Amino acid sequence: MSAQLPDTAELVIIGAGPAGMAAAIEARAAGAEVMLLDETPAAGGQIWRAVGTAPEARKALLGKEYAAGAALVSDFAACGAHHASGVSVWGVMPDGTGPIHVGVSESGAAGMIETRAVILATGAQERPLPVPGWTLPGVMGAGAAQIALKSGGLLPEGRCVLAGVGPLLYLLADQLLRAGVTPAALVETPSPRRRAALPHLPDFLRTPAFLKGAGLIARVRRRIPVITGAEALEITGESRAEALRYRRAGSWHEIPADLVLLHAGVVPSLNLAVAAGVPTRWNAVLRCFEPETDAAGATDLPGLFIAGDGAGIGGAERALPSGRRAAQAALAQLGREVDPLAAAEAQRQWHRADRGRAFIDRWFAPPPSLLAPQGETIACRCEEVPASAIRDAARLGAPGPNQIKTYLRCGMGPCQGRMCAASVTEIMADESGRDPADLGHLRFRTPVRPLSLAELAQLPAGEAARRAALGDAALPETPLPLPDRSS
Amino acid sequence: MFRRDPIPPGEAVEILLDGQPISARRGDSVAGALLAGGVTRFRDSVVSGAPRAPYCLMGTCFECLMTIDGVANRQACLVTVEPGMRITRQSGAPSLLPEAET
Amino acid sequence: MDQHDITVIGGGLVGSAVALGLAETGLRVLVLDGEDLSRRASRANFGLVWVSGKGLGTPDYARWSFEAARIWPGFARDLEARSGVSLSLDQPGGYSFGLSIGELDGIIAEMTHITEETDGEGAPWRMVSRAELVREIPGIGPDVAGAVHGSADGHLNALRLFHALHRAGAAAGVTYRAHHAVTQIEPSSAGFRLRGDWGQITTPRVVLAAGTETERLAPMVGLAAPLKRSRGQIVVTERVSGRLPFLSAIIRQTDEGSVMIGDSDEGDTDALAGNPEIAALLAARAIRVYPPLARLNMVRSWTGFRVKPRDGIPIYGQSRSCPGAYVVLCHSGVTLAALHARRIAPQIAEGAAQIGPAAFSSERFHVPA
Repeated sequence: MSAQLPDTAELVIIGAGPAGMAAAIEARAAGAEVMLLDETPAAGGQIWRAVGTAPEARKALLGKEYAAGAALVSDFAACGAHHASGVSVWGVMPDGTGPIHVGVSESGAAGMIETRAVILATGAQERPLPVPGWTLPGVMGAGAAQIALKSGGLLPEGRCVLAGVGPLLYLLADQLLRAGVTPAALVETPSPRRRAALPHLPDFLRTPAFLKGAGLIARVRRRIPVITGAEALEITGESRAEALRYRRAGSWHEIPADLVLLHAGVVPSLNLAVAAGVPTRWNAVLRCFEPETDAAGATDLPGLFIAGDGAGIGGAERALPSGRRAAQAALAQLGREVDPLAAAEAQRQWHRADRGRAFIDRWFAPPPSLLAPQGETIACRCEEVPASAIRDAARLGAPGPNQIKTYLRCGMGPCQGRMCAASVTEIMADESGRDPADLGHLRFRTPVRPLSLAELAQLPAGEAARRAALGDAALPETPLPLPDRSS
Repeated sequence: MFRRDPIPPGEAVEILLDGQPISARRGDSVAGALLAGGVTRFRDSVVSGAPRAPYCLMGTCFECLMTIDGVANRQACLVTVEPGMRITRQSGAPSLLPEAET
Repeated sequence: MDQHDITVIGGGLVGSAVALGLAETGLRVLVLDGEDLSRRASRANFGLVWVSGKGLGTPDYARWSFEAARIWPGFARDLEARSGVSLSLDQPGGYSFGLSIGELDGIIAEMTHITEETDGEGAPWRMVSRAELVREIPGIGPDVAGAVHGSADGHLNALRLFHALHRAGAAAGVTYRAHHAVTQIEPSSAGFRLRGDWGQITTPRVVLAAGTETERLAPMVGLAAPLKRSRGQIVVTERVSGRLPFLSAIIRQTDEGSVMIGDSDEGDTDALAGNPEIAALLAARAIRVYPPLARLNMVRSWTGFRVKPRDGIPIYGQSRSCPGAYVVLCHSGVTLAALHARRIAPQIAEGAAQIGPAAFSSERFHVPA
């Protein structure tokens, strides 16, 4: 393992976004020894990606909320946590009441860190939007375009269309407009829960997000065509995206496009938590599975906590107090003192940040029909499993998504189900009429990130493992015959 | 699909895609540098051979798998460019045997 | 529930193969299966149609495995035609490698013993010296001392076998019901009453093929199926192009291109989570056998619980005290699937007192009163 990483830590935090950084600062203030692991080069997470190094002009066009992240990044840098960047975490392995082992990989070398408490702050991923043609080059997530802008100053070139549902579509359109890029259109799908959102409107009206959001939507609508009520989407093109087609009031329309940016909200990143053994629950409003935690982020597994969007989508502002609360819970478990006032304050902040979420969650809910594709539309991108095959397999009477995976390999490719798990459940639910809550989701396993066999083979192993893996036979004592990588 | 914003760029770094030089900026991810360099096809699918390109740019979709400095199937969105980095597109699955690679 | 003549408890590879064979005899078959996350060896196996090394001390098991390998090509063609699912059966013969002279000698001694016990009716095999191995498998690791090559060994796509059995079963009229784990069986005047948290049904006859659950169910109908706990862990790589130049019981390449690396045998755990130390050792052994594997990425690892009879030999039989109740249980769900559909199912259909070779009878576990 690399010289940079020690092999033990009092508290390990995974993810350097708002929740992870807030947790680290809180834990350091209480005197805990903190190691924060993150796979990107710099702290900030996706929301504040590269904020520490972004030029002022780029910060200005990305907006105040983005620029505000710089303060937390510098507080984090000064807090005394060991920040290991560029490290991928392939497993979190709790061992009952004993220590937790965190499997890491850095520059092609795998290792294990032993710790007493882990806070998963791995955030969210964009909800996959499996529409016809979504595997073509030139189709990306709207969040991906935003990451390209934050991390490399990349702007869409040529005709760009935003499609789907969610506040991010408007935020991104506004940021692009400020940067001098005029999207050809924003095509919005209908949200089935708008009526259910209305009772939560008064609460939302009292939040700063209301004024900001209303202004933003108005600005975008003034500058680019916004098409609402698109019931179905598809992307056409030979070897890359050429047009976005949408169906509205029963008839199809086409917008030529070089870049189609899809979005249907974000969902918790589940792989590490589920592989560690944390059970999940179905959130019917957000239409996604979430890890089961208590209000502070504690799971049923001793020493394992989840903070921020990874515990349930709440946005960056709620992720900060969520990180603090998880840190306080972890500190208590580590036997360190937690200031009751600080705990109360974090809880108060959490509730303040949560205000208005109930409205936003419902107002921008994606239509289930868009999430459960039909026909030849690819559901599993890695193994190219079409929706029709999943529907066909579901009709055999499979008890759940994992049997479909056995039949068809969906979820067995390199992304390990990140891009299709939701679709497999949605399609089965649609086909069988059963509730996603009962169907469950594809099981994720350690390692959640690929490891080379050479890396894996060099992990230390004890005598019990040796007996289990090799029986009476022994491996030679000579060094492993590893082929030359540079060949 | 992408161009760079007009904000003064960082230091230029040259990388090679299938032997052709591409100008990147220090700090770019490999995927970002290739997108800025006008690359649209990153690999061909291991199942059907269809062209693929990054979808998420945050390590989730595994669409940007490339051979980087001789190591196959690396996520180009998670690797930071280094001067002279050699990147090759993968057509189908990477080869079991190194000598079969070009 | 639908009218039926016989119920198979368990929808894994064993239960599905028996159900298909029963349906082909004209019986109306009901399969009761468990939940999506029930422990299922059928979703966690290695995909070998394997003969070498099986049946030490029980020559019938060696013969039975060899017979399965011989009828597999015909069964596979038929199953593919009925299900529309390709199985990619390939029987090129398989290597068992020794990473030391001692290990190699042990393998040779076992194979010799099996040949003697079966009077030469077991599968043909040959010793392969290191020099021969270097010619047969370019790139073989420097630590491999030699090997045994069994000519009857092969493999197939086990996930698609599972799919094909379910699909062919449905086409043959098998009624498949998931979410129907059976927890209780009571003999009744009309046959057997099967219960679970889903309710209950009465069935004229019943086949226990419920994997590790069978051990608990069997005594309810006067059968015995004692198992040995055995967890296996394997490692799976990304797809690669180019073919692995050999098949072995611990390293195989699927038709899709992934390399599967097996497998541990853990008797001391009930946990499902994989153990990275074991994965590390499996990877190390595989690299020593074939060093080019070192460059491949592991994309998955899984654990499964083997359905391992206490003495390692299949358990077949009809209950003496509760006629109409049968057990079909074994560790080789893939290898023996062809025989379960083609030999075992017809014997159950006709109500034979002895199912399969006598040595496999469930009665061997009965303690004399």
